Amino acid sequence: MMNPNSPEAPKSSVSDHASRITHHATPSSSINTPHSTLDTPHSPLTRYLGIYSALWKNSVTREMIFKSNFLLWIVVELLWFGLQLSFIGVLYLHTDHIGSWTKWQVVMLIGASSFIQQLYQAFFLINCTNLSELVRTGKLDFLLLLPVNTRFVVSLRQVDLGAFVNATFALATMAYALHMAHVTGEISALPNLLQIFGFFVLCIVGIVIHYSLMFLLASISFWTVRAQGIVWGYYNLFNIARMPDEAFRGAFKAIFTFAIPMLLVSNVPARVLVKPATSLKWSLLLLGMSVLCFAVSEWGWRASLRRYTSASS
Amino acid sequence: MLANKFANKFLTALCVDQSDRSDSSDPCNSPAPRYTSSPIVKKYWHVLNIGIQNNLTYRFNFLARTLFGLIPLVAVIYVWRTIFEGKGPDAIVGTYTLSQMISYYLLVTIVDALTAVNEDDWQIAADIKDGNISQFLLKPIDYLVYRLCLFFSGRVTYIAVTAIPLALFILCLRKYFVLPPNWTALGCFFISVIMTAALQFFTSYAMAMLAFWVLEVSTFIFILFAFEYIASGHLFPLDILPKGLQQVLFYTPFPYQLFFPVSIYMGKSAGSDLVRGLIIQAFWVVFSYAIARFAWNRGIKKYSAVGG
Repeated sequence: MMNPNSPEAPKSSVSDHASRITHHATPSSSINTPHSTLDTPHSPLTRYLGIYSALWKNSVTREMIFKSNFLLWIVVELLWFGLQLSFIGVLYLHTDHIGSWTKWQVVMLIGASSFIQQLYQAFFLINCTNLSELVRTGKLDFLLLLPVNTRFVVSLRQVDLGAFVNATFALATMAYALHMAHVTGEISALPNLLQIFGFFVLCIVGIVIHYSLMFLLASISFWTVRAQGIVWGYYNLFNIARMPDEAFRGAFKAIFTFAIPMLLVSNVPARVLVKPATSLKWSLLLLGMSVLCFAVSEWGWRASLRRYTSASS
Repeated sequence: MLANKFANKFLTALCVDQSDRSDSSDPCNSPAPRYTSSPIVKKYWHVLNIGIQNNLTYRFNFLARTLFGLIPLVAVIYVWRTIFEGKGPDAIVGTYTLSQMISYYLLVTIVDALTAVNEDDWQIAADIKDGNISQFLLKPIDYLVYRLCLFFSGRVTYIAVTAIPLALFILCLRKYFVLPPNWTALGCFFISVIMTAALQFFTSYAMAMLAFWVLEVSTFIFILFAFEYIASGHLFPLDILPKGLQQVLFYTPFPYQLFFPVSIYMGKSAGSDLVRGLIIQAFWVVFSYAIARFAWNRGIKKYSAVGG
């Protein structure tokens, strides 16, 4: 997490760092092998991995400047996670089931939702919200000039390390919920390896959906200066993602399944573990929606980028 | 709303922008108007005016927040509806019927719009950290009253922007919306809402005073806010909790930051409960005000404007 007091300093140091890396990479390929520009010494993959590891190092350095702050943010996130769990605890004081979802199944769902959200937060959230600042201040110029894919560097510049810690807490909660669901007989058997593998794959798919949608929203910054309100509106959608899908009906359910697939993002991975019987068709739907969302967001990004005129300074 | 508050965790630009702007549109920097009568009222009236104009620049953000904020609200209503249906007809949770439960969340949204601290705490903390408060030490302006005016203007603007979408939304759910049992309840509701707003503001102000001692206050604000969020009744009505827990809660300030006025409106607090509640609420308002003043006075002693 960046230090909210001085957003300027770390930001510029990231782009400095990134540009230094790439400047280092490109001249060496053109100077040492002048007449063989086609076979580059590095494959694109290793080059991008190299850049990404530099961005990681930068994020680690930044976090370590404010150690106590870093730890306090982890506490804050944990508190909010506990808060969601206690909400479910209170609901289940008064009922045994929401649709067909029982208590520990919903705890599992909350865990899965938090796991996905935290990983998304770790990789993408800050970067998505920073986009409107980059556009507003014209700092995007520097990123456009770098010899890398702009979407790559815009999306992955900063890593939120604290979120990884919170993701492991979410995993632990899920394991405990599975255990309790098994003990209380809410699920007939503990998930097998295939289910667990499927769960993690679908989590990645869910993260791709969150990322694609929020990046699409962030691209609105190219059209209006104050897009942050909209980008932040997306945060409300995380609240839906952790609700059991069977609670919803009608237009609301249709919209948040097929247009903005929030009801799929964490419900489907959770279903694979606790309601395996019906999970296959849902998994395919989630997969399809993620491909669609990513395609739409790439299209939106390209269409928006064409409007970029930089800031007046 | 949760999301709005969380937005601040990452969103720094807005605060920075606003503190930048306060340099140019700050009443203290603008040419002094000629006061003819009651200079104190005029002075703060001026602050109020400028606060409203400042906030109006964010009308689009306010609108987006309201509209997006309705989505989780709808979701929670759906969840409760499913729970009530699962329990069969004429089901009751705690003392709530389905209509009352839905009304509860609608009222929470209304009271929240009327009283919630938006970005005031971050701005106050930023003012202290950036040394912007130096000018208030030199000028005949009381910083607490100044911030109170800005808080008030923020609420006025917010309500002006969100009243229509919110009213439309409630209209759609009108068959679930219960009315207060009598005029006394409605009157006490408004009194309580005003005290709620005061309590919210003074608490945030006192929290922001931490900026005199700590470099980064947002984590502390969030930790308090987490407790406030659950213990003030944002997530569920507090009277569906086990009795013992309720009794403990009602001696903390949290229920008076949201739950109490709503429960008055719904007729759940009446008679001696109502009177006792209002007295406890008034106590917390005075107490938080005292803490806010005390923290400011202590902070000022420690304050040094670096490069100010």
